Amino acid sequence: MEKKIRVLVAKPGLDGHDRGAKIVARALRDAGMEVIYTGLHQTAEMIVETAVQEDVDVIGLSLLSGAHMTLFRDVTKLLKEKGMGDVLVVGGGIIPEEDIPALKKAGVAGCFGPGTPCEEIVEFIKKNVKR
Amino acid sequence: MTEKSKKTNTSANENTPERKTKFETLSGIAVKDLYTPKDISDLDYDKDIGFPGEFPFLRGVHSTMYRGRLWTMRQFAGFGSAEETNQRYKYLLSHGETGLSVAFDYPTLYGYDTDHPLARGEFGKCGVAISSLKDMEILFSEIPIDKVTTSMTINGPAAIVWGFYIANAENRGIDRRVIGGTIQNDILKEYIAQKSYIFPPEPSMRLIVDTFEFGSKEVPRWNTISISGYHIREAGSTAVQEIAFTLGDGLEYVRWAMKRGLNIDDFAPRLSFFFNAHNDFFEEIAKYRAARRIWAKELKKLGAKKPRSLLMRFHTQTAGCTLTAQQPEINIVRVTMQALAAVLGGTQSLHTNSMDEALALPSEKAVRIALRTQQIIAEESGVTNTIDPLGGSYYIEWLTDKMEDETYKYFDRVEKLGGVIPAIEKGFFQREIAEAAYKYQKETDENKRFIVGVNKYKMDEPVEIPILKMDEKGEERQINRLKKLRKDRDNAKFERNLSRLKKAAKCDENLMPYILDCVHSYATLGETCGVLREVFGEYKEPAIY
Repeated sequence: MEKKIRVLVAKPGLDGHDRGAKIVARALRDAGMEVIYTGLHQTAEMIVETAVQEDVDVIGLSLLSGAHMTLFRDVTKLLKEKGMGDVLVVGGGIIPEEDIPALKKAGVAGCFGPGTPCEEIVEFIKKNVKR
Repeated sequence: MTEKSKKTNTSANENTPERKTKFETLSGIAVKDLYTPKDISDLDYDKDIGFPGEFPFLRGVHSTMYRGRLWTMRQFAGFGSAEETNQRYKYLLSHGETGLSVAFDYPTLYGYDTDHPLARGEFGKCGVAISSLKDMEILFSEIPIDKVTTSMTINGPAAIVWGFYIANAENRGIDRRVIGGTIQNDILKEYIAQKSYIFPPEPSMRLIVDTFEFGSKEVPRWNTISISGYHIREAGSTAVQEIAFTLGDGLEYVRWAMKRGLNIDDFAPRLSFFFNAHNDFFEEIAKYRAARRIWAKELKKLGAKKPRSLLMRFHTQTAGCTLTAQQPEINIVRVTMQALAAVLGGTQSLHTNSMDEALALPSEKAVRIALRTQQIIAEESGVTNTIDPLGGSYYIEWLTDKMEDETYKYFDRVEKLGGVIPAIEKGFFQREIAEAAYKYQKETDENKRFIVGVNKYKMDEPVEIPILKMDEKGEERQINRLKKLRKDRDNAKFERNLSRLKKAAKCDENLMPYILDCVHSYATLGETCGVLREVFGEYKEPAIY
């Protein structure tokens, strides 16, 4: 039997908008993945710590506060430092188009804004997951 | 009634089949093809509908409504530093806005100063950063706060931020009895939906009742709470859930205040509400009307005697969650219809969203168009000529009743769970909302529901819309200001006031006077809130999805 993809859905920073994160968490679970949801108010350290403990293949970061340029990059930087650069990182929320290239460069493989069908996120993860 | 008018419509026949097998409101209420007098035959006009400004206030809280005074045009705004937001307020006022509404950034909403480690990356991002009285002074600099009213979306640290506002007025020589405005101060919906809570329920409720008590005596023109369904709806609830959970929260606040020994007619006139204006036009109108009637009935049951205590006065914001990042210009059309529903539902003030808000905070041009949208409704559409123009519509009255019935069913369910706070602790509301949100998304993903530009009439064009740019020096300026403030203030006085607040927090005194002393001596938001965090502890929610 094929090993299930393990995903950590995380809410970095102080942002309380959790509608999207919860929907995506559920959609990924319904698509057969194993999902861990961190809950709110996570620092980059907390997220990476949970990712290590849970041995996840994917981290989904959700942020609608506009702090993505700092907080998403904090997570990818810390992952690399911990030798977990092969974990697939995706992001979602209110992210202007012009911020996406810099996020990609920092290691956020895909950004999914408002209006994205859940199916598209599922497919992206299946196609790009490395471990 | 003639025999003919009693019949129901002969539905579609073979020659004209209906487009869909079922028609329902956005919230899933089944809708018939036609409504007739039969659908509202049990309604008694005088008892159930009545006149505006009279019990049960279904048709409006005032007898003259918009013929007397238009709603307040109040755009929720805030970004970057106090200086930048002050400029935006002046811009909005100069374009005909009639009230102010402050959006704070996340550190402020959680009671942290800009230089707190958890504030990293968040400065001014989704609102303005206000860490002290100094920032508040700049925010309202050259704005006539004795004339214009201000609404502040602040909850966990509401008492402290209100303190900043009162202290700023006093330092400018304006009596606290003169200033008018609103603090959101609705912690229950924070636990349920918006999630910017700080303290556990018990001390949070105490702080809120403190503001009720202080406000009714000292700041009589201030609405000390804005009981909010907006965020519940944004988190994905249905229209019925929105009013059921919000009115339920409202009644909970009333009970707590009465338990403290406050007279209901002293504080109830200053309770205000805040609702969402979503896409389903008639459902939204029915929602506001139903909520008004339920509130009046329930307050009467709780013993309110003054007519003003029974009024469900409310602010409306169009639904942010309906804005699309795709083809953003068409959001103007969505906002127009949502705003019209709010006006036809009898709102007291209104925020219209800007077309670019699924992408970033609004640019100056986008927010001006949003403001113009309500100005067109007010000045050109003619809908303000008569009160509650949809009152008496078979469909609207039927739907209003239906929403009221469904709301009472939720009241019963919450009561069975032991009341609002136990239901929060059991995750009841959170689960109900997450369920509705998932259903909505699934229906959209499966093309059972269409969103123009998203899953129908799509275009593959890059979005070309200017995005708001913030002053990158703002954060540094703010941190320097904080450093200077901590050095320059009378630190002995500051320490004394802070320790007095701490002592009072451990007893059951009203904390507002102590908070005002702290604020006046330039204690920062983080310092003042920090003391309360030490005494009250912090709330942690279970992560349910």
